[in-house]
Amino acid sequence: MYSGSRASILIGAALILTVGACDREERHSRAKPLAENVPAGQSPDTVYPGGAPMPPLDPRATAYERNANALSQGQQLYMQMNCVGCHFHGGGGMGPALMDDEWRYGGRIDQIAASIAEGRPNGMPAWRDKLTSDQIWQIAAYVRSMSGQAPKDAVSSRADEVSNTEPMTQTKRETVRSADAAQR
Amino acid sequence: MRLKHAWVHCCVAVAALAALGACEKKADQSSQQAAPTSSAPTRAASAAMPNDDGNWVMPGKDYASSRFSGLTEITPANVKGLGLAFTFSTGTTKGFEAPPLVVDGTMYVITPFPNYLYALDLTKDGAPAKWVFKPKPAAAAQGVACCDVVNRGAVYSDGKIFFNTLDGNTIAVDAKSGKQVWRTTLANIQKGETITMAPLVADGKVLVGNSGGEMGVRGWIAALDAGSGKLAWKAYNTGPDKDVLIGPDFKPYYAGEKGKDLGVKTWPADGWKIGGATVWGWISYDPELKLIYYGTSNPGPWNPEQRPGDNKWATGVFARDVSSGKARWFYQSTQHDLYDHDDINESILVDYPVGNQRIPALLRPGRNGFFYVMDRRNGRVIAATPYGFINAAKGVDLKSGRLIPVPEKEPKSGRVVRNICPAAPGMKDWNPAAFSPATGLVYIPHLNLCMDEGVMEANYIAGTPYVGAEVKMYAGPGGNRGVFTAWDPVQRKPRWEIKEDLPLFGPALATAGGLVFYGTMDGWFKAVDARDGKLLWRFKAGSGIIGQPISYRGPDGRQYVAVVAGVGGWAGAIVSANLDPRDPTAALGFVNAVKDLPDKTTAGGMLYVFRLPR
Repeated sequence: MYSGSRASILIGAALILTVGACDREERHSRAKPLAENVPAGQSPDTVYPGGAPMPPLDPRATAYERNANALSQGQQLYMQMNCVGCHFHGGGGMGPALMDDEWRYGGRIDQIAASIAEGRPNGMPAWRDKLTSDQIWQIAAYVRSMSGQAPKDAVSSRADEVSNTEPMTQTKRETVRSADAAQR
Repeated sequence: MRLKHAWVHCCVAVAALAALGACEKKADQSSQQAAPTSSAPTRAASAAMPNDDGNWVMPGKDYASSRFSGLTEITPANVKGLGLAFTFSTGTTKGFEAPPLVVDGTMYVITPFPNYLYALDLTKDGAPAKWVFKPKPAAAAQGVACCDVVNRGAVYSDGKIFFNTLDGNTIAVDAKSGKQVWRTTLANIQKGETITMAPLVADGKVLVGNSGGEMGVRGWIAALDAGSGKLAWKAYNTGPDKDVLIGPDFKPYYAGEKGKDLGVKTWPADGWKIGGATVWGWISYDPELKLIYYGTSNPGPWNPEQRPGDNKWATGVFARDVSSGKARWFYQSTQHDLYDHDDINESILVDYPVGNQRIPALLRPGRNGFFYVMDRRNGRVIAATPYGFINAAKGVDLKSGRLIPVPEKEPKSGRVVRNICPAAPGMKDWNPAAFSPATGLVYIPHLNLCMDEGVMEANYIAGTPYVGAEVKMYAGPGGNRGVFTAWDPVQRKPRWEIKEDLPLFGPALATAGGLVFYGTMDGWFKAVDARDGKLLWRFKAGSGIIGQPISYRGPDGRQYVAVVAGVGGWAGAIVSANLDPRDPTAALGFVNAVKDLPDKTTAGGMLYVFRLPR
């Protein structure tokens, strides 16, 4: 874990030297602060009657998803909060697979954050009172990285586990349908 | 099969030394022998195994858990003509483990979650449904059921059908009308408890135990009054003696099971409160001794470093007085379990020959790979013999009753231990064997899987998994993932074996006609000759089979064979829960062993009933 994030930071530093900027490490420290909450109303993949558009992607999405620290923290929490006990390293078990291209309740990061916070009726626990919103967003970002949605230079090159799963830098990017369209 | 076969009482230490030298070979046999073998066959325990009346009223067929049908119309000579009588869709697509029940012209089918109970009228052409009872279990229960949302069966007694729901209720339904008689809540899904086992009715009580050994629950068995559903007694399998119902009547055979409050002292502080030892498997009953026999699950978490000690009363078998629940004896087959080797497997009651005598015995094909023959009066192990490839234990010391572990196979944090055999689901998982008194053989559908395992600290959060292990399973020596073994419990060796490519995750049925039936995970339902294992008939079902086959006499007097196809369970979750084969650790590592299963079968739920042509 630590060596993973250290490695990422080193690579990041190298990139800063060469490219001069690195948007995955951008912390928005001087930007207008974002409210620390998970929107309760963020719905799963659904139909909006009357042709209303799907709500736009929450602006926090990129801040978490392209941030090595957030992904790394998310990975650690994913293990500590026992997400791994149901979803394993993306293949699923008691809970559905997270590394594939099927999303019961939407595959957009804000939809995943809402699923974590509110729980879902077929067994997903509600974590709103157990985790901070920041932590929930971090886990959501890590979950997205399991299907290759996070930038390869932001994900950890080492898994937080003892077995033989592929490093996340090797993860194939799956197509996240419909809900993903808003994210490009 | 065997390295050698010693006939004499043999010094266990010498045997262990011999096994030490054979690091990748099968556990040495010579430590297993205590009593000389007899030339007499094993017989039925008559009180627990009455003559067949043509019905099938409990999953094990009888209190002896024989899974043996006394019907003789279908034989090796005519089984080739076996054809469909009728089918019935269960409306479910999850792992279907339960047997149908047949009571005087009506068939009862209990499904996996959402636990529908159907009654089919066998007196009418095509067996139309009479009624369906929908218990409407809480959907959230699906999120705390470790290994698919299965149900292992209902039971009939005295005009009522009894079954458990995934969300922790025991329900009695009037067998004629399909109306609920009573409903008692026993388990709490908020703590990670579910109920998947089939209850047993004995002495006017409905016996029920909890599931959740992977969720940090505390295991128990409860007895409800069959008439009212009121709690008669409840015994925990961890904790102080008063909770475990251990008192002056408790007389275990081995010294390691003796002492005060071992259910507390063999755990780290408070570990017993979240230590598993659940009752998700099978219960047998001896009507003469008035004792029930059941096994307890793995201790929690899987990571053994978090629970130093023997972890009583996990991974062992209890004998309890049926009327009071008081423990009579206990035998722990696996001390300080390292590999999720639950001991919940069936206990088959037989009269077993020792010298010139016959003793009331239990036959237990254990998950840790040893076939146990035990004296069911006192819990003494008569023999414990490997019935497949074992490298994670050297044998069983019959003096102390203790399993002899292999230190280099012990999981430790910071390293991955490779090639542990048998793997976490054991030599045999939940799916019970059948015993035929006609051949004296035990027909065991089982696994040939090994695993790599790494452990890390598990974090207890109520209602979430409490495991702390990463597992990756694969085929054992030979490459076949399943084996069907006809085991001779007296000679302590297989009479014959059938290697199956896929893991065998469904139970067996033996018949007096001389046949044995079982299903495979790619959907073949097979009949083989009970004497030599020759394949005589097979039928391809629409989904993989992990269900219990039964045989019954229909209202027309003819013999029928029934099975429900519906792949799933721990082994089949890759199909029934649509898991991703690219993650070798998925479903606690079982996915890696069955990556090809989605190419070989699809989910479903269909009852098939067969008979001979007129």
